[in-house]
Amino acid sequence: MIRLRRISKLYKLGSQEVHALRGVDLEIRDGEFLAIMGPSGSGKSTLMNIVGCLDRPTDGIYQLDGINVSRLGDAQLATVRNRRLGFVFQSFNLLPRLNAIDQVAMPLAYRGVSNRKQLARAALQLVGLGSRMHHQPTQLSGGQQQRVAIARAIVGHPTIILADEPTGALDTKTSHDVMEIFRKLNEERGITIAFVTHEHDVAAYTRRIVSLRDGEIVADEPNVPVYAGQPLPPVAHPAPEAAGQAPPRSFETQA
Amino acid sequence: MSLIDVFLTALVALRSNFLRTLLTMLGIIIGIASVIALTAAGEGAQQGVANRIRGLGSNLMFVRPYTAQPAGGLASILPGGGPSLFYEDANAIAAAKIPGIDSMASQTVVGMSGDFIQAKLIYRSQSVTTTLVGTEPSYQNVRDFYVANGRFVSDDDVNKKALVCVLGAGIAREIFGDKDPIGEAVGIFAGPSAQFGVRFSFTVIGVMEEKGASAQGNQDNQVFVPLPSFQARVAFIRNARGYTNVAQINIKLADQKAEDSVKLAIADILRKQHNIINEDDFQIQSQSDVLSTATSVDRTLQVLLVSIAIIALVVGGIGIMNIMLVSVSERTREIGIRKAVGAKRLDILMQFVIEALVVTTIGGALGVLAGVGAIQFARYFEIGGTDTKYLVTPFWVGMGLAMSAVTGLVFGVYPAWRASRLDPIEALRRE
Repeated sequence: MIRLRRISKLYKLGSQEVHALRGVDLEIRDGEFLAIMGPSGSGKSTLMNIVGCLDRPTDGIYQLDGINVSRLGDAQLATVRNRRLGFVFQSFNLLPRLNAIDQVAMPLAYRGVSNRKQLARAALQLVGLGSRMHHQPTQLSGGQQQRVAIARAIVGHPTIILADEPTGALDTKTSHDVMEIFRKLNEERGITIAFVTHEHDVAAYTRRIVSLRDGEIVADEPNVPVYAGQPLPPVAHPAPEAAGQAPPRSFETQA
Repeated sequence: MSLIDVFLTALVALRSNFLRTLLTMLGIIIGIASVIALTAAGEGAQQGVANRIRGLGSNLMFVRPYTAQPAGGLASILPGGGPSLFYEDANAIAAAKIPGIDSMASQTVVGMSGDFIQAKLIYRSQSVTTTLVGTEPSYQNVRDFYVANGRFVSDDDVNKKALVCVLGAGIAREIFGDKDPIGEAVGIFAGPSAQFGVRFSFTVIGVMEEKGASAQGNQDNQVFVPLPSFQARVAFIRNARGYTNVAQINIKLADQKAEDSVKLAIADILRKQHNIINEDDFQIQSQSDVLSTATSVDRTLQVLLVSIAIIALVVGGIGIMNIMLVSVSERTREIGIRKAVGAKRLDILMQFVIEALVVTTIGGALGVLAGVGAIQFARYFEIGGTDTKYLVTPFWVGMGLAMSAVTGLVFGVYPAWRASRLDPIEALRRE
């Protein structure tokens, strides 16, 4: 459960002040699948970074699963990023010279999990990269790299996956492959998924579209999911209450 | 993140930039190698000096003439000038029967290296520079230095001022080779130059055992004659009171513990003998005094050597810091990614500190090997001469490794701290 109250973000560029966000109120319930849209400069990436605990708001309150994240220190924020969230970037952000398994296992190392390779393999199989486990980023296509990044985001069994233009660097076919993975994670594992995009056919996968303009929410509407350009009959997806039952987290240690 | 993981991460990072790692390491390798090599030379020198002082004999004490301000003019360069010790002094000490003294032997010396008057041993066409020691029969026992072939100077020789001599093993071999020198007539010459001096003919009566170098020069190069034999015949090495002066009284103690009381007793006697009110004109030096003086000189040398080594290490450390700072700014994005997936400040700090530590400790280990290698090289090619000893001590090996680790820590912490302070989103934005 994500709850943002009057979140604003102010950048100081020399003497100029830029309001990236102006008092955003947003609530994302467990199990939701939503897209955040808006023109460039609308503040959607800033919003996503704040939700992802990568950035701090200048003002406002951000509650994540009832925790007031704005008050957390560096180490606690790192723990939140490590255990509750998975973040997927437009530019993949994989480490150079590390094979897929090590990339995916990395977040678990910061958690002190011992059977990391095994869990990393499982995550890679889930995103369909079972045959590419020992490849380095330079040996993988864009779509494959993004799938490694998704595996890295889900390996710790987070309740929320956030993505900033996850398909921005991919072609249409691969974009749909990636969205299909997100859809499955949402529907089959009940993971909350929120991402920023400016592509309508990518946003069409979701059930809710939030539109931003000049740092403010200008629209927040439910969406009838359309998969890969094909309208599909509405799927019985878990109601918000039911989605509260998180998937089994076998290696979840103390918070 | 567990320490093993941090360590493995550091290894991967260092391997991926192998040449840079190697060059950075080189600074530490050179620093530690110089610590090992220089301290080995220092320790070796110290050990060598200690051995030489022990080589004089054991439980020894030396009484010598002494002035704080050397007399000027001719007196300062002639053996007979300046303050003196006399046979009478030695006799007075012997007569006092000081408890703790085992035995004693006076000696005169002509031609110590560096002296104005040089001594030469001449046999047929050969002429070899030597140190001429006039002494008594007790010398053998006092200095623990015995004749190997023939006989030593006897009381009779001393009384008769006989023209007989005993050769050191080295000089005997140099002049006579395999031939038995006993009974041969040799010339003994003393003077400031080859053209100016005196020469007497002596008969060889014995050859000493091999002894090796001591703190008072190469003992195998000496020629021994009865105490008064040479002096009585040579005017210019006597002093105003005649020929009775001696250069040194060697005293053998029965027990090292008696050292202080014997010193006091001898000083008392000599002050009476010389009518001294203020400043002593003699000095009494025990073997341990000589040892501690020599060691303190060596300490100074060692401090100097270690300072040079530390400077080398600091230079290497600055190299480490420089490279680590470059590495941090190059890997800003990596730091951002690691933070985004849950690395804490401490994790990042550890990662970079361990990287620096790995570089310096591997460099330190290689430096130890290089230092030991350099020492082996120096030993093999006898750099510094056959007498120069090198001693690699476990202390300095341990110290070298510790110093390299400390260098890594000191010069790695600041770049690592900078890395750990990076804001995740700022770090991710940077290309």
